[in-house]
Amino acid sequence: MTDTADTAEGIAITVNGQAVEARTGELLIDACERNGVYIPRFCYHPRMTPVGMCRMCLVEVDTGRGAALQPSCMLTCAPDMVVETESDLTKKAQDGVLEFLLINHPLDCPICDKGGECPLQDQTMAYGPGESRFVEEKRHYEKPIPINDNVYLDRERCILCDRCTRFAKEVAGDPLIHFQGRGNGTEVNTFPDEPFASYFSGNTVQICPVGALTAKPYRFKARPWDLEEVESTATIDSVGSRIVIQSSRNKVLRYLGVDSDAVNWGWLGDRERFSFEALNSELRLTEPLIASGEGHRVTTWSAALGAAADAIAKTPASRVAAIGGARLTNEAQYVWAKLLKDVIGTDHVDAQLGDGLPADLVLGLPRATIADACRPGGTIVLCGPDPKESLGALYLRLRHAVIEDGATLIELTPRSTGLSALAAHTLHPRPGELGALARALVAGTTDDVAGVSGAAIGAAHQAIAAGGPVTVLLGRASAAESAAVVAEAAAALSNIDDVGFLSTLTRGNVHGALDMGLAPGLLPGRQRLGAGIPRGWTSVPSETGLDSTGILTAAVAGEVDALILLGADPLRDFPDRHLAEQAFDAVDTVVAVDTLPTDSVAAADIVLAAAATTEVAGTFTNLEGRLSALAQKVTPPGTARPDWIIAAELALALGGDLAIQSLDDVWTELAAMSPVHAAIDPAAAAERDGVLVTGTIDYTPVEQGELPAKDAYALRLVSVRAMYDQGSSLAASPSSAGLHREPVLALHAADFEKLGVSAGDEVSVTSARGGVTLAVQSDPGVPRGSAVMVSHLGGPDPYDLIDTTTLVTEVLVERA
Amino acid sequence: MSRLSHQNVELAQEIISRYPIKKSALIPLLHLAQEQDGYVADDAMAHIAELCDVTPAEVVGTCSFYEMFKRHPTGTYLVNVCTNISCMLLGGEELLRHVEDTLGVRHGGTTDDGAFTVEDYECIAACTEAPCLQVNYRYFPRITHDEFDELVADLRAGKRTDIPPHGTLGRVRQHIPAAKLAGVVPPDQVDGAPVWLANSEGEAANG
Amino acid sequence: MAEGYITHAPGYVLNDGPKIVTSRFVHDDSFTLTRSRATGGYQGLEACLAKSPAEVHDEVREAVLLGRGGAGFPAGTKWGFCPEGVWPRYLVVNGDESEPGTYKDRLLMELDPHQLIEGCLIACYALGLSQCFLYVRGEMALAQERIATALNDAYDAGLVGKNILGTDFSVDVVLHWGAGAYIVGEETALIESLEGNRGMPRLKPPFFPAAIGLYGKPTIVNNVETLSNVPWIISNGAEAYKRHGSESSPGTRMFAVSGHVKRPGVYEVEHGVTTFRDLIYGDNHCQGIRDGHQLKMFIPGGGSAPWFFEEHLDLPLEARPVGAAGSMLGSGAIVIMDDSTDAVQACLRVVRFFARESCGKCTPCREGTTWEEQILRRIYDGHGRPGDIDMLLDVADNISPGPYPVAADESQGLEAVPFPPKQTTICPLGPSSVAPIVSAIRRFRPEFEARIPVRTTIPVSAGQR
Ligand SMILES: Cc1cc2nc3c(=O)[nH]c(=O)nc-3n(C[C@H](O)[C@H](O)[C@H](O)COP(=O)(O)O)c2cc1C
Ligand code: SF4
Ligand code: FES
Repeated sequence: MTDTADTAEGIAITVNGQAVEARTGELLIDACERNGVYIPRFCYHPRMTPVGMCRMCLVEVDTGRGAALQPSCMLTCAPDMVVETESDLTKKAQDGVLEFLLINHPLDCPICDKGGECPLQDQTMAYGPGESRFVEEKRHYEKPIPINDNVYLDRERCILCDRCTRFAKEVAGDPLIHFQGRGNGTEVNTFPDEPFASYFSGNTVQICPVGALTAKPYRFKARPWDLEEVESTATIDSVGSRIVIQSSRNKVLRYLGVDSDAVNWGWLGDRERFSFEALNSELRLTEPLIASGEGHRVTTWSAALGAAADAIAKTPASRVAAIGGARLTNEAQYVWAKLLKDVIGTDHVDAQLGDGLPADLVLGLPRATIADACRPGGTIVLCGPDPKESLGALYLRLRHAVIEDGATLIELTPRSTGLSALAAHTLHPRPGELGALARALVAGTTDDVAGVSGAAIGAAHQAIAAGGPVTVLLGRASAAESAAVVAEAAAALSNIDDVGFLSTLTRGNVHGALDMGLAPGLLPGRQRLGAGIPRGWTSVPSETGLDSTGILTAAVAGEVDALILLGADPLRDFPDRHLAEQAFDAVDTVVAVDTLPTDSVAAADIVLAAAATTEVAGTFTNLEGRLSALAQKVTPPGTARPDWIIAAELALALGGDLAIQSLDDVWTELAAMSPVHAAIDPAAAAERDGVLVTGTIDYTPVEQGELPAKDAYALRLVSVRAMYDQGSSLAASPSSAGLHREPVLALHAADFEKLGVSAGDEVSVTSARGGVTLAVQSDPGVPRGSAVMVSHLGGPDPYDLIDTTTLVTEVLVERA
Repeated sequence: MSRLSHQNVELAQEIISRYPIKKSALIPLLHLAQEQDGYVADDAMAHIAELCDVTPAEVVGTCSFYEMFKRHPTGTYLVNVCTNISCMLLGGEELLRHVEDTLGVRHGGTTDDGAFTVEDYECIAACTEAPCLQVNYRYFPRITHDEFDELVADLRAGKRTDIPPHGTLGRVRQHIPAAKLAGVVPPDQVDGAPVWLANSEGEAANG
Repeated sequence: MAEGYITHAPGYVLNDGPKIVTSRFVHDDSFTLTRSRATGGYQGLEACLAKSPAEVHDEVREAVLLGRGGAGFPAGTKWGFCPEGVWPRYLVVNGDESEPGTYKDRLLMELDPHQLIEGCLIACYALGLSQCFLYVRGEMALAQERIATALNDAYDAGLVGKNILGTDFSVDVVLHWGAGAYIVGEETALIESLEGNRGMPRLKPPFFPAAIGLYGKPTIVNNVETLSNVPWIISNGAEAYKRHGSESSPGTRMFAVSGHVKRPGVYEVEHGVTTFRDLIYGDNHCQGIRDGHQLKMFIPGGGSAPWFFEEHLDLPLEARPVGAAGSMLGSGAIVIMDDSTDAVQACLRVVRFFARESCGKCTPCREGTTWEEQILRRIYDGHGRPGDIDMLLDVADNISPGPYPVAADESQGLEAVPFPPKQTTICPLGPSSVAPIVSAIRRFRPEFEARIPVRTTIPVSAGQR
């Protein structure tokens, strides 16, 4: 399961007459494979507990008491084992198992999605009997049945290997598909009318050794031999799961997880897996557009770029601002940073949208990797968004760490999360009081703090004080609570001995954007603005610029004339939508570089159609700071262009020259100017586990400031995100578009009476910013005094309530 | 179609409390559901899932493995005729034919009036008493065809009050008075040898 | 009712000879606490509480109490396999009795539940087992009622539960009902079932239940009859126990003899000393094959056991010689088949049982046992094809490779293959299906061949049949 390499004490065994070295604790099936002897298998999967069910991996093993058939997937290597994987007895047993598997398996390979990449088919060719001796009726079941919105189950093809069911229970923790019946009548199925509602269901399709589970987005789309594939990185969130992109006729048809030891262990969340659908969406922007009357009209690139250049050129640099960049590759981020900060000369640049953390906090604290967080016996402090909802592949790793490897989880979150059931200590502070709670936790206070009992704090303190490495997962759990609150907590937690921080900013390549300087006060390579003019650059802005909140506020005040959006949609994604709307009204020119027609694109004056992931090569930086390769597999639709080319051409239109002709040029320049990238070979990013960019910047904590006294009648708003919402890329993915929940206001039952409401009532929720009306629900995972809403669900939205200029947003809840 | 009744939920809680891990109570609770409705309804399984902190899929996974749990209504009387080897040797198959003929259904079927379901059953541990059958898991050893016909008549006439309707197994339940309970502790909360063993080992060490 | 039977103990035959576990069966209220106490019940427990746990364990070890569930492993030795310092430990009583032909545990549970409870308590005391689960086969309603009543009475009397008989010994005994699945008799499947799961066996080694069992903790699994012997051993001592039976198989043992004998029944006889012939033909026992018939074959140890014949009658009822002769003593289930028996039908019926009871975990068992049944069925129905017999043997060989345990056949010059069989499966259930096939085909191949039509012309197309 976990890598045994570090306990590499050799064990001498004999395989087919050859002396071979196995590792301590290594399973025979793995030891043989590592030494070039492949033992066929169906049920065994290296990332799950072996069950020894299919019996395909039987080999003849002599442990000193005579040779006997043993399942190599269940047998740990022991000294002097003598193994025969090719003997007559082994072969006969394996042939026998194959024959047994085939007697009830339909021979519909020609129409089966798995045909051509099916282990059962392959092994039948390689090892199987020639002809069927089975003359009876095969088992029959109703043909494929949907077990959720994306996955179909064909029980006739199922060979009962327990992989999907084991995955559901063991890896995902969603035991919603299960063996049913007994003996020859055993089948896999869900509870009647209860779907396999799991964020991770697509993995079961990938690991099914036959075509029993198929994914709707891929069914009947292609034959394996028509597919071309390349290894790459998923960009939908900041985990950067390693994937294989498969395409046919210039169209991406499938993502498969790749087993990277460092990152995703082969697993993907469904949102990652099916996110490619948005690339093929008919909504994609394919040509540059220019505002005309109420809408847009298609224009030429030279016209669009010329118009953008004119708007920028006539504006003083201090009145030009840019928001976004997390969608871009590292290389494109670098080129845009250079364009904005060197050629144009503005530092009003922010890749985050008011829902993230200050760049110097992320880059300044000692960083931890996923492996650090998940290390056996370690302690994890969750002080950020719910990984299950936001960072699916990371969630699976954390689950494994707690369940299998004895890690201790402490939650400091505004409400319960998908990991709460596994947490040793769950502390829910009142919004705005996270810092106080963190200080109490580190100090071991026994007083009640932030609404959390002293006893609970004390118990959690013991876990931290016990010593051993601690990893803090740091991010913004709630958009309704200022980043300063998280920063305050981080400062307290940084006093723990042997602590590391794993950033859980969630947006795509946001960590690349920070590394490439798409943040106020930063230059590429984790350098501060004051560090002088980098090599290869001609100038830098003279003053530290504004972050997104500052930019939008300045815009409202009439201080921004040109706003550039790099794949950002402030009208939807900025937590204070009211502010974003006002800013858009006030700005002269909005230039949007994007792939899909978001709300902000619709409001833009000039739209530059960009190439999306899989259409451009480059690199990605994940939340650990790990650099990994992004492959180009297909060409962009229409005349959409790579972001870095758009930047380079805009520079030319502005009369500047970035002196970058290729992606290699970016790396040459980076190596020269960035202390953290200097030693990195970009080729290393192409390795499966990529390469970590290390090095921190100086960071001085700032105090969050005084929290306003709590209004006795108000609740504090918590704004969280869910795996499935109405975000633009999900909305463009047909398979995922319908999966979001209905918006509700979730409160602790104890607050119901005070408010005079009961579950299901429609309530009005009002803040200083605005009001919404929606149903209220009781939720034991919400602490008293807090009101939780999920943003981006398409209906009443907390973003219509949030005031980003305050530490917390208070709301009044009344029966509507 | 029903969830467990209020009374049965109380019973269920009592049963659950006897196990160190809630899921262990699944089979007893499925029996309870079957006793309530005569079969295991889907809603009852969903309810049991809630009581034991597992998913309904896990409950149906367990339920469907065991022969005795019926997921659809059966006859009031389940007639299980053993045809395994010992009974077969002494007329078990003939007995099954006779039962089928008498009741007018094939094994696996239920009579139109919903009174009887017939099953071709495996060995029921009465091998020396062949041929043998069970009605709602009550034994009828060495039963002749005529005796069976009489039994059917008696059952139809309501004369066999000793045989409860399908679903009720043992009519006596175990009850452990709270004061007498030694105590049920989840396995991960036990951190040492039980007291009598520790005491005696202490003595051994002292002595 | 024939002579020897007791009305309230259906099938039990009171023969001459020592009685260790069935001594109370003569009383029609043998299952009550009153009767139990009046006839020495719980004296073993009292005696046990006066000793140290280690002494009690030693006594059982000394008695060489062989497991009565099938494998015949000495209980005292098994009890010693609990790893030190790992707590809690559990006791699971295997009352799932479902092996074809087996009928003894049910009698012990129905007629003397207190003896069983007492045995459980003694085991718990000796090993520091903190909870006992009495897993009773689901189909045994009366046994459940009797055990439930017995437990309720015993709790009331302070014999079970907290501070038993005023000492610091406390243990709960929980009655658990099964729900119909033969495989749950296999000890690891029993544990899975008790955990609320599907009763599918776990792979062992590496871990036997005594090391990693219920909830991953050390667990002793013992058969009902095994534990029912324990009170007597503690009351009377290992020495007294060893005065019965043979040296390697002390004590007495219950055997159910069913099928074509004059007085089928459950007998408690001396272990390892009594022979099959005594039991089948002895006046004190089954009194021979029914009139007008001859013995054709018999199953010496339940449906899973290869068949024996006339020439095996003088073997003693002892595991080792029976194993060497190519079968097993198993669960004390002897099925007698006379010359009226159709070997193909008998074979089919036993194979069908295993096909129906396969848990479905291992491919060879799940698919293979059903396939075996289908081939046998068509042979039996007269639709067999030439080659079916060899194919059947080959399919069987893929479930249990290599020579399968079978009795010698002198007429064909064939030697016995000793027990146990090899297996491509996790547990022995799949391979057990091969026992009747190999036994029957080796001895009665002509009966199988006679059922396969010889095709002299090309048959009409299948569609017209
Ligand atoms: C398929 C199968 C079914 C079994 N059924 C039973 C059974 O019904 N009762 C029983 O006591 N043992 C049964 N056993 C044996 C048990 O696994 C186990 O060996 C026994 O309960 C141990 O108790 P003992 O040592 O006291 O004999 C079965 C074994 C197998 C492989
Ligand atoms: S041999 Fe059969 S019964 Fe035993 S574990 Fe395998 S499938 Fe289940
Ligand atoms: S791979 Fe080992 S038994 Fe299936």
